[in-house]
Amino acid sequence: MMIKKLKWPIYHIFVAALAVGMVYPVLWLLMSSFKESNLIFATADSLIPQPWIWENYKIGWIGIAGQSFGTFIMNSLEIVVISTIGAVLSSAFIAFGFARLNFVGKSFWFGIMMVTLMLPHDVVLVPQYILFAKMEWLNSIKPIVIPQYFGIPFFIFLLIQFIRTIPTELDEAATIDGCGKFRLFFRIILPLVVPALATASIFSFYWRWEDLLGPVLYLNRPSLYPVSMGLKMFLDSDTVSNWGAMFAMSIVSLLPVLAIFFAFQKYIVEGISTSGLK
Amino acid sequence: MKSLSLKNNLIGYTFIGPFVIGFLLFTLVPALASLYFSVTDYDLLSTPSFIGMENYTEMFTNDSKFFASLKVTFLYVFIGVPLRLAFALFVAMILNTASKAIGLYRTVYYLPSIIGGSVAVSIMWRNLYGDEGVINHFLNMLGLDSVRWFAEPAAALWMLITLSVWQFGSSMLIFLAGLKNIPGELYEASNVDGAGPVIRFFKITLPMLSPIILFNTIMQTIGAFMTFVPAYIISKGEGGPLDGTLLYSLYLFRQAFVYFDMGYASAMAWIMLIIIAILTGLLFWTSKRWVHYESKGGH
Repeated sequence: MMIKKLKWPIYHIFVAALAVGMVYPVLWLLMSSFKESNLIFATADSLIPQPWIWENYKIGWIGIAGQSFGTFIMNSLEIVVISTIGAVLSSAFIAFGFARLNFVGKSFWFGIMMVTLMLPHDVVLVPQYILFAKMEWLNSIKPIVIPQYFGIPFFIFLLIQFIRTIPTELDEAATIDGCGKFRLFFRIILPLVVPALATASIFSFYWRWEDLLGPVLYLNRPSLYPVSMGLKMFLDSDTVSNWGAMFAMSIVSLLPVLAIFFAFQKYIVEGISTSGLK
Repeated sequence: MKSLSLKNNLIGYTFIGPFVIGFLLFTLVPALASLYFSVTDYDLLSTPSFIGMENYTEMFTNDSKFFASLKVTFLYVFIGVPLRLAFALFVAMILNTASKAIGLYRTVYYLPSIIGGSVAVSIMWRNLYGDEGVINHFLNMLGLDSVRWFAEPAAALWMLITLSVWQFGSSMLIFLAGLKNIPGELYEASNVDGAGPVIRFFKITLPMLSPIILFNTIMQTIGAFMTFVPAYIISKGEGGPLDGTLLYSLYLFRQAFVYFDMGYASAMAWIMLIIIAILTGLLFWTSKRWVHYESKGGH
């Protein structure tokens, strides 16, 4: 009995210590963003800023290369919103076809989809760049957002799994009432898969928000840059004087991600547990 | 058997149409183009000129950077992925109890996976490992010498590996879901038989989780092979010191968009595809020995 009583505190101390270790880097970044730039590394072993200052956020927000950090955020939001609408709706549309309809070659295309799920993006990197350059899509968000409208294999897979849990009796009843496949999808299935749409939207938001490779390849004007490129510019001009501003804007760039994480944790955990999404 | 009418096919292909078009346009045609570019000399400006297998022979006989990047990538994958998965499984097993605080811990452990791919976190990581950074302060506290992480290639790679292991949360969640699905009767029966925790782990937990472990290993290996952002940010796009962080994707990117050698980069992409296909194939092949699928017709 004694051992069992002792075990719980030890367990919690261990698990909590590990948790502190996990978040310590982020905590360090946060606290450093309130320190004077020239003190960040001199006092790297202490979390408490002395003195506390807000200047880093003011300086960081002014931005870099003549663009305010607000511009980067608006550019990111534009990419994220346009991409996510396309990725989620097209994936749901496609998933319905795979989950509920019968047609010649269905298993072939399903197999193709599962292969593209694992295909390394590097294989198509160069030709895609050439294709988009030939179409004169460079220096616009088109190469980043338009491919999203053709379905994202991970989301298609997630939505197929979800649609399969909906009883087919609903389809049959609707069909007897004279409901066609399109109405069946838009009126009956789509409203029922909203939780899976939420999961897909969250992941689409994360992936587009943090995407660096797309903007590096396709956007060459600072006025078009999203947050990831704005931060990269801070890093490229990495000097003692702007560490604080760079840290402050790093924190700003993480805020939307963290807000969504804490608000919609349930959908995220479900998405990962059921389909292995990262 | 019901034959499929033209109308059914038409409706079916209308729904999956976007995927089919997108696949042809953004995957199949580019993949074939990439195969063609890989046997040409192409700098984007002039037309591609056919040079046969020259890119491939150059790669394997004359490019020490290619081997350096291959070595770094293999180390990154074969150290990072097992460490990450072992850690994920360990923590999942610890958290698989009925405590009320589990939800909170799970959230905290999972957080790094959510933010880990961002530029902000790579910038943070870069600074943690600075000469005056937190890691060196911590090492000094333990009475160890500072490490010059940005000067020694072997040390530099550990920045990338630790960043990868730090993001064990998504695998942990998948393992947690798997652990919850193991029937409690299995453990009860083993208690009666007097099996200890170690035997239970190897005889029940591991075999029952093995399909999930296989799935995780494959996805994480492919993901690790394609890692780009941390190497790009932490080394400021150079892959240094002395190619110590020159992950394969970064080297491919540099061949294509720094040296504008599109043919060589395409050849590298195909070698990467072949390596990933071989690794995945090997994992599936060995899985017959260690992956345990529940027999059908049970329950």
